[in-house]
Amino acid sequence: MTDPIPQCVFRAEDERYTLADYQGEEPRWCTGCGDNAILAAVQRLCRDEQLPPERTVFVSGIGCSSRFPHYMNGYGFHGIHGRSLPVAEGIKMARPDLHVFVSTGDGDCCSIGTAHWIHAIRYNMDMTVMLHDNRVYGLTKMQVSPTSPQGLQTKTTPRGAYLEPLNPLTVTLGVANASFVAQAVDWIPELMHDIIESAFHHKGFSFIRVLQRCPEFLPDMFEPWVQDPAKTLLLVHEDGLQPSPSLSKTYKNQEAHDPADLTRAREIASVEDPIPVGILYRNDDMPRYEEIRPTDRSYTPDTIKGALEAELDKFTIAPANGGEDEDTAKP
Amino acid sequence: MVELGLVSDERRRRRNRKAAKPVVTLDEHIVEVISDSGEGAQRCGQSFGSIAARMGNGIWTVEIIPAEIQPPARSIAGASGNRIRVASGPVTNGGDEADLVVALNEQVLLARLRADELKSGCIILLESEWQGARDPAIADSYFQVRDELVADGFQVYDIPMEEECLHYVADARRGKNMFVLGMLCSIYSLDMRLAREQIAVAFASKGDSVVQTNLQLLDAGHDWAEDNLDFKFEIPATRSPEPQIVVNGNTALGLGVLASGMEVCAMYPITPATSASHYLSDVFEAVGGVVHQAEDEIAACAFAIGASYAGKCAVTITSGPGYSLKQEAIGLAVMGEIPLVVVDVQRGGPSTGQPTKAEQGDLLAACFGGHGDAPKVIMGAATIEDCFYSMITARKIAETFHTVVVVLTDANLATAQQPFPRPQFTEDWLAPPVDQSTIGMGAKPYDWDARTGLARRFVPGQPFGMHCLTGLAHDRGSRVAYDPQINQEGLRHRSLKLAALQKTLKTPPLFGDPEGDVLVVGWGSTQGAIEEAVGRVRKDGHKVGSLHLKFLQPLASGIKEAMAKFDKVMTVENSWCDSLEDELIDEDSRRYANLEWLLRARYLVDVDCWSEVKGRPIKPGAVAQAILEKLNGER
Ligand SMILES: Cc1ncc(C[n+]2csc(CCOP(=O)(O)OP(=O)(O)O)c2C)c(N)n1
Ligand code: SF4
Repeated sequence: MTDPIPQCVFRAEDERYTLADYQGEEPRWCTGCGDNAILAAVQRLCRDEQLPPERTVFVSGIGCSSRFPHYMNGYGFHGIHGRSLPVAEGIKMARPDLHVFVSTGDGDCCSIGTAHWIHAIRYNMDMTVMLHDNRVYGLTKMQVSPTSPQGLQTKTTPRGAYLEPLNPLTVTLGVANASFVAQAVDWIPELMHDIIESAFHHKGFSFIRVLQRCPEFLPDMFEPWVQDPAKTLLLVHEDGLQPSPSLSKTYKNQEAHDPADLTRAREIASVEDPIPVGILYRNDDMPRYEEIRPTDRSYTPDTIKGALEAELDKFTIAPANGGEDEDTAKP
Repeated sequence: MVELGLVSDERRRRRNRKAAKPVVTLDEHIVEVISDSGEGAQRCGQSFGSIAARMGNGIWTVEIIPAEIQPPARSIAGASGNRIRVASGPVTNGGDEADLVVALNEQVLLARLRADELKSGCIILLESEWQGARDPAIADSYFQVRDELVADGFQVYDIPMEEECLHYVADARRGKNMFVLGMLCSIYSLDMRLAREQIAVAFASKGDSVVQTNLQLLDAGHDWAEDNLDFKFEIPATRSPEPQIVVNGNTALGLGVLASGMEVCAMYPITPATSASHYLSDVFEAVGGVVHQAEDEIAACAFAIGASYAGKCAVTITSGPGYSLKQEAIGLAVMGEIPLVVVDVQRGGPSTGQPTKAEQGDLLAACFGGHGDAPKVIMGAATIEDCFYSMITARKIAETFHTVVVVLTDANLATAQQPFPRPQFTEDWLAPPVDQSTIGMGAKPYDWDARTGLARRFVPGQPFGMHCLTGLAHDRGSRVAYDPQINQEGLRHRSLKLAALQKTLKTPPLFGDPEGDVLVVGWGSTQGAIEEAVGRVRKDGHKVGSLHLKFLQPLASGIKEAMAKFDKVMTVENSWCDSLEDELIDEDSRRYANLEWLLRARYLVDVDCWSEVKGRPIKPGAVAQAILEKLNGER
């Protein structure tokens, strides 16, 4: 692989990266769109962690939410609908030293990209994945999504969505090798930041479902939860979220949940009201694909030559002697 | 240690009692060994080919593969085995009909007969155990087929293989193939020392006693043939002075990937491409490479694109249906100008088609199958050797022009074996790593050169190179373009890159006459058959040439001029083309074969085509016939 150029640049205190260092193009999301809050939280994380922008890669598919990489200052990869995860995996495999983030919509991840989502959980490669779940297709202007509530009227379901929604949390928690699953809501920025931070520090596939408001198409979708803090269940734990006292004053409905407890995580995940917010599951011991696969790329032309010659030896028919051996069966 | 000499001493003494029979010298012969699958005919055939190759004979082997994993025993559908064309000089294709066939039952033999693969009157060595089968229907069937063949003039020999093998093994099904190998060694006067070495190597991992048993079977077969058959051949060989390697096309692809310095191969299993990845999986890790079996072809392509984007060009290997799935992602790589090598080992199509069979019907899909205007490079490998070198060339072009290079091979090349000179590694094969020099502040990721469309590529990790690669139309700064002029610009520059490559391509060399009556144009695995056919027709005094295209997109200069020197031009292709003999087909309705379309469209020349889609490599005899018909104005 291309070896990273060592960034031995000493940054004095006054050269610390600021929020502005992570800002890309001017966001073009609708006013009040929850994607703005996710962007702010990620920019804050990068600043807090002092990530060199050139070592960050933001990968996405297609959708409103997938515009995310354009609005970050880093390397971005705004690819095709549903395929952000395999692209991110390829990047991570080639360059394990880079910080990889993925933004994907509920259509992008849970519909067209479902196969990749399930398998990305299995690969458990080290990346932070944000599912911007607005429960509708935004970019294509309001079609039903796999996460749309039953009965939701959209342009393709004018008489209401026919099916029960898919629950991204229970699905993720059901896949072998799941290692980090959390839920955040765009309207509590402090918690979203803390959750994204934990996700970033987790070594493995960190999956965060962010309930994201789409005021353009579903202005009322999350209103009851935004208005009534009792309808939010905060998951708190010494190994999980530790909300500030002021936040705890508002969000009194809390459960002490140990992120190591998978069974309880699955139960919590299956409850839609109150909305659980926090870290449902974390397991730092899950194998990571980029580690189980050989990552020593320190080969030289000589090692390639060596390996190739050894292989060619196996297939070579040498111009040997004429076979005039004692033992020959020729007449 | 295996004592290779021991077995044969006593036998040689015994054999010396027999009078030597006359040895007929041949230029070449086509031999087939066929059985139910699982009886080892493929190993037998391959070993026979390898021994002949080591003696210095030219060979070309073709696998005969049943479409099912466990087809019923003694069935026409189950015919499995190998065709080996052995010659004094180099061999470039599988040839016409077989001269000698060894069949382990009459049903698999029928399969080859019905497929018109047997030369009329050819030699047939048939396992005779079925004569005494307990099931009378089997014995009847044996005699019926056998007697018909004899009546039709075939030279059928009943060989008690089962009976002979049972002297050495309890289950003759597992040993007959080496008995047959021994017979073939006798018939073709092959060097038994090489044969023993071949067996020792092939069975080395199974232990000494297995090796010894197989050596006994080899000798038994050899001696049986010496004592009982009334014919014997010799195909004189000229040993090449330099070392040769013998591999099939898929192994050659794998070796080529290794030699090219690529480090990531992402794939999803699909016949007939998979064995390339099997081979690579075994050897790639030794140089830090990774074969990633993704969840599907779309993911495989996206994974390769991600790896390429992050540093060095990656490869994804597939066959037709998988290629279709990759098309959207290939469009992204073209749009984002990400180097990528895609290999399509073509099979019969459309849909699941004929998974194990040869066809070359994906050419136009490769050139134009995506959405929008997506200029990419299309190469066709014509030989096993090409499979190796095309990987090195493809990666270089992909990294130089920041584009997608599709390499087309097919089921014929995938499984065929042919010796070629052992490649001599040079460091130039490893294309230069990504330009790591400092990126100037404000430099643009798509700073297209006005003449060539080329721009420097910025790779993650490089300071000041940050940008958001996007599949949306974008400007030089990779910003989404809302201005119509910018889209025009982007398309123009991506297209110019192909022109820049085109200017570096050499006119393909002409084979045969440089001017005359008919020019045959081909691409891919048909080269050997076409050139052999042209050679035959020229021997009869006709002025005929052929042109074989390695680059299908862009096409090299000089092709039109070459065509202009002939009265008639025809392509020969292993893909569909409507026939004017069908009532509804005329010049208005006729659908041309892939290359024929390309040549007509580009050169405004009246190109005809002869094609066949019988799921097998095209035969030189059939091509020669088609050329003659063209010469005589019959087509
Ligand atoms: C192959 C393909 N199919 C369909 C589309 C059209 N498309 C673009 S975004 C999208 C869905 C967007 O919904 P979601 O993923 O939930 O993202 P949001 O816009 O809501 O953030 C669709 C169907 C496309 N770009 N590509
Ligand atoms: S349509 Fe909805 S999801 Fe898209 S930007 Fe507007 S508010 Fe956000």
